Amino acid sequence: MSFNSRRNLFFLGMLGFGVLYLWGLKGLPDFGRYEGVYGITLNKVAVAQTHATNLVAAVTFDYRGFDTLGEEFILFAAVVGVAILLRAQRDEAATADEEAEESKDESRSAPHTSDAVRVLGLALIGPTVLFGLYVVAHGHLTPGGGFSGGVVLATAALLVYLTGEYVALRRVSPESLTELAESVGAGGYAAVGFLGLLAGQAFLTNVLPLGTTGQLNSSGTILLINLAVSVEVAGGFSLILAEFLEQTLLVRERKHG
Amino acid sequence: MELLHGLVLVFVAVGGTAVVLTRDPLAQSMVVSFYGMLLGILFFVFQAPDVALSQLVVGAVALPMMILLALAKAKAEKQ
Repeated sequence: MSFNSRRNLFFLGMLGFGVLYLWGLKGLPDFGRYEGVYGITLNKVAVAQTHATNLVAAVTFDYRGFDTLGEEFILFAAVVGVAILLRAQRDEAATADEEAEESKDESRSAPHTSDAVRVLGLALIGPTVLFGLYVVAHGHLTPGGGFSGGVVLATAALLVYLTGEYVALRRVSPESLTELAESVGAGGYAAVGFLGLLAGQAFLTNVLPLGTTGQLNSSGTILLINLAVSVEVAGGFSLILAEFLEQTLLVRERKHG
Repeated sequence: MELLHGLVLVFVAVGGTAVVLTRDPLAQSMVVSFYGMLLGILFFVFQAPDVALSQLVVGAVALPMMILLALAKAKAEKQ
């Protein structure tokens, strides 16, 4: 296909898209006007029903908790998939280049980290962990929760790698621990769901005592699920990070060897 | 719609264009990180702080990191 005909095809597609887009925009409600029935209803009843002041958490972990459980396992499957793909490559290389073993120690310590990065990173690790825990623990009260808090916690592991050595990262987040965290978190969510069945109600029903609205210890299973999700996300992200780094270092090893 | 809303939308549009126009992958990973932060601010301004927080950690930290690691691997393999 020549350049001109390709360009004409592009403009034809753009024209069709533009017409449909403008047509779709015309049907939208005015800016700032909300007409969703569920949103309006939830705004009235959710705080009284769940004792959670962050309605997003109330919706994702209580009203449609089963959907979120599915999403949870999408993340779980994705992390496991990445880990399997990267690990298969690692094993192949390990058998193929065993002579690379000699230069291992030398290549592991490359390249050097500057002092500025080290100091800033070291200073940031503590606050990052604290902030992550805060975001997780207050997920039912203020914006945040298990997912974002979990990723913040995993960033702390990244900071450890940036400021120290790869070996230091391995020490603070060994593979067995991150794998365990990922699966325990994912399974923990499902386990919380069974609490509802044990109490003789539907799966994932919020059966725990709801506590006082606005208190840290409130909202029943929402808080528990938040904790489970944070453990899974922090473990999963640290695992992917470690696998990717392993890959990069592996390639470096082969180059040296 | 207030001035702030319009301003943030323009910033995001400029940021997105900048990501596309940056051709060097290494520089692009930095630009996409900055764009992720702009998108996070957009969500915050439009009153979705939950999404803003997720966007910030995933778009500004996790995604560029994955790109950087993939680039490091591809580069090392080529040499």
